[in-house]
Amino acid sequence: MNTPPKAIADTSTFLDDRLGAGRFLKRNLRKVFPDHWSFLLGEIALYSFIILLLTGTFLTLWFKPSMGEVTYSGSYQPLVGVRMSEAYASALNISFDVRGGLLIRQIHHWAALLFVAGMTVHMLRVFFTGAYRKPRELNWLIGVGLLTLALLEGLTGYSLPDDLLSGAGLRITEGVMMAIPIVGTYITFFLFGGEYPGHDVISRFFTIHILLIPGILLALISAHMILMWVQKHTQMPGTGRAETNVVGAPFYPAFMAKAGAFFLFTFAVIALLGTFAQINPIWLFGPYTPADISAGSQPDFYMGFLEGALRLMPSWEINFWGHTVALSVLIPALVPMGIIMTGLALYPFAEQWITGDRREHHIADRPRNNPHRTAIGISGIAFYGILWLLGANDEISANFKVSLYSTTIFGRFAIFIGPAIAYLIAYRICIGLQRKDAEVLSHGVESGVIKRMPNGEYIEVHTPAAQDIADHMRGKELIPVIESGVDGEGIPPKSARTALGRLRAKMSEAYGTDRVPFDGDGHAHDAGHHEEEHAAVGSGGDHKQLH
Amino acid sequence: MTDNHIDQPESRVPARVIGTPSSNGPILSGDNRREAGAAFLADEDVHEVKGVPGVVYQDPASARRAERLVALLFTITFLAGAAFIAAYVAFQVGTIDKTAVSNYALGGTLSVALLSLASGITLWVRRIMPKYYLVQERHPMASDSATREYVKETFLEGANESGFVKHKLLRRTLLLAAAPLGLAPLVLLKDLGPLPGTSLRHTVWGAPTKDGKPRRLVVEGTGQPIRAADFNSPGGILSVVPEGYEEDLNALAKATLILLKFRPEEIKSGTNLNWTHDGIVAYSKICTHVGCPAALYEQTTHHILCPCHQSTFDAADGAKVIFGPAARPLPQLPIGIDGEGYLVAKSDFNVPVGPSFWERGDAEAEAREKKA
Ligand code: HEM
Ligand code: FES
Repeated sequence: MNTPPKAIADTSTFLDDRLGAGRFLKRNLRKVFPDHWSFLLGEIALYSFIILLLTGTFLTLWFKPSMGEVTYSGSYQPLVGVRMSEAYASALNISFDVRGGLLIRQIHHWAALLFVAGMTVHMLRVFFTGAYRKPRELNWLIGVGLLTLALLEGLTGYSLPDDLLSGAGLRITEGVMMAIPIVGTYITFFLFGGEYPGHDVISRFFTIHILLIPGILLALISAHMILMWVQKHTQMPGTGRAETNVVGAPFYPAFMAKAGAFFLFTFAVIALLGTFAQINPIWLFGPYTPADISAGSQPDFYMGFLEGALRLMPSWEINFWGHTVALSVLIPALVPMGIIMTGLALYPFAEQWITGDRREHHIADRPRNNPHRTAIGISGIAFYGILWLLGANDEISANFKVSLYSTTIFGRFAIFIGPAIAYLIAYRICIGLQRKDAEVLSHGVESGVIKRMPNGEYIEVHTPAAQDIADHMRGKELIPVIESGVDGEGIPPKSARTALGRLRAKMSEAYGTDRVPFDGDGHAHDAGHHEEEHAAVGSGGDHKQLH
Repeated sequence: MTDNHIDQPESRVPARVIGTPSSNGPILSGDNRREAGAAFLADEDVHEVKGVPGVVYQDPASARRAERLVALLFTITFLAGAAFIAAYVAFQVGTIDKTAVSNYALGGTLSVALLSLASGITLWVRRIMPKYYLVQERHPMASDSATREYVKETFLEGANESGFVKHKLLRRTLLLAAAPLGLAPLVLLKDLGPLPGTSLRHTVWGAPTKDGKPRRLVVEGTGQPIRAADFNSPGGILSVVPEGYEEDLNALAKATLILLKFRPEEIKSGTNLNWTHDGIVAYSKICTHVGCPAALYEQTTHHILCPCHQSTFDAADGAKVIFGPAARPLPQLPIGIDGEGYLVAKSDFNVPVGPSFWERGDAEAEAREKKA
């Protein structure tokens, strides 16, 4: 093809005449995108969100967000004649009287799970590879906001069908809100329009679920994408890759087609799940009443850690001057979530403060090469995971025949000890992996060829690692350490003289010191053709100018 | 602005810039990779670099084989898509079984269509499109120092021109003007709900009945009143609601009870005997943790277990907490019988039921003091 087809050429001319779109396309059509399997995780979340928008809109066409009472007269025989809210009746209607309604409901719910899961794992990828470092801190913060909003969005959506299970979640939400000091009862009465459950919460949640939060999510996701586009993607270390470039495939046509295919794959997997893996069979639970609960009820997985925290807590409560502070509710509801979200939000800035590193970073770290960061992340996962497991302790107790209370008591200790152990293990593993890299670089890899030496000894012949693997390993970048302790004349720099300064210097040294320097040929700084890379990074020494 | 500047060492200068105009990119086999792909790159930023292969075209024969496969997959998508529409028309919903069939038919065809389309495009990218290893330059995000200087200057100039800096009164009254407007949306939200008042301290068990008689306990679900003499099996447990409020969810959210019967020797000191009738005890069913119905009962131990977070209460001993996060016992309701022998509430609970809240205070201690 030598000229574009007339239809395309004419449309393009029309648009370019009016928008000047050509300049934008010239810069962006061939934008290069690096490739790595872990870069697909964020895409899973993105595509799940698109599927949520599509299926959710479909559901709104039949769903009636009303708590008005009706007598059910639809197709589902076991509930005919039962009094229920209009919301529940309409959700049953979607399931049994709208062709494809059940499928779309189940796809919507599975997509919600995949959305949160994809986002979480994507965030872990970004964390462990240090992709949140300058200049990407803002996108990291947007991500933390997205995750928080997604949890809220899931909570409000889960409550909409107004079945017995979703009502249990709503009741717990109410109990938690009531426990908030000073304003708790007020905000509860404002949310529910009076006493629980009232007649307003479903319609209010509906507005929040289909308009308010999706609107904010859409805006934040767009901002997230634009920043990613403008700042360009990080890449893994490897042959020819440097802080000053991106190596990969062009947006048009390769990346575009790949992304389209991946959207379809995501959709296909969710459609398969929605078809064959039943989820939230609301017709089995019956309509909501605050007087009943179905045993063994479990929230969606992303709420599990909060559920576990609530279960773990001993019965602490403070009463003074006619007031009550329900620690047994407040601590589990606020502290774990607070630790996780605040910790995530502050981490890039804390790391910058500790390392004094204000350079831009575009090459992703391999997790092993920043052992303390990786250990902190793993210990956070352990913290979350223990809470999450405890959220299902009744299932664990039933399936493994251990007493329910011992699982709780185990959890009360594990929540403190577990993350510490996880930290140590992860740290050791990182150092071990670094050693292995250093060994591969200096002694090569085992070739599988055994050779007999003249003195009768057998040795295995080592060959140098393949170029791409070696380049990948040599991509290890040293973590800067701030000037600490004493200079040549025994005087510590000004910044390190206060207690905080000394702490910072200590932390910096612990965080940044390279425990496994590559020796000889393997040493990142000795390798001839790598000098350029490190020179290219720049020392960042004169960064003070910026501030 | 130099601090961010990423130096561009000599050796980074591209071996060759892709984008030199040349009409059709020749289709080349993998061996000729270094020659390939010169056709289209208009972006001066995109380079080839030593060790990075650039654009590598697929072997034409293999691409033609892939084409047939991709075409097959696209055809499957077409068929599955058509089958989806056919399934929509053919399978009605209604009964559980019919809905299941329709669900499998629609979901199955949709999944196949999506899956084969996705596989087709992936194959296309992998086996027909060239492999790309392009290098694009990055530039530091920060603008150069001249630009920053210019922006700073313009900002100051504008600020001064506007008079915002010089005219103090202007600034202050503008802030003043904004304050009530900013508050207005919050004020408007006030009618979202009534204020709590003392409503959390009462339940409908204390509300007067129409005929002035004490309110009966009725079985949840059937609405049957309960004759004390008939509820005589020790170890039994019943979920109970107030007569006249069987369908009122707001009332039930606080007033639902569990009713248990003990042998006299089983009852311990925590239970108020004056509030029982013939070994029958009524506790609030609303968990004092965060309000789930504490619905599970273990007969041998007299333990009431809340399924939500496993707070466990000793029913024989005033429902005091023996495990779990709940901090207070389930409140006991004073019950007796009316003239016909049916169980009735003698009064409301003497403490608020359900989860803790800021204004609650130690209502149990207050109640004890009042009695003493
Ligand atoms: C963006 C993230 C979203 C999440 C995490 C999410 C999550 C959920 C969940 C878990 C449910 C319960 C599903 C069930 O019945 O089993 C639900 C229901 C619902 N969602 Fe969403 N949703 C999202 C977006 C949307 C959007 C954008 C819309 C509409 C434009 C929407 C409309 C609805 C409706 C109408 C229901 C109730 C229908 C029913 O349960 O039958 N959702 N959502
Ligand atoms: S609500 Fe009963 S234990 Fe939490």
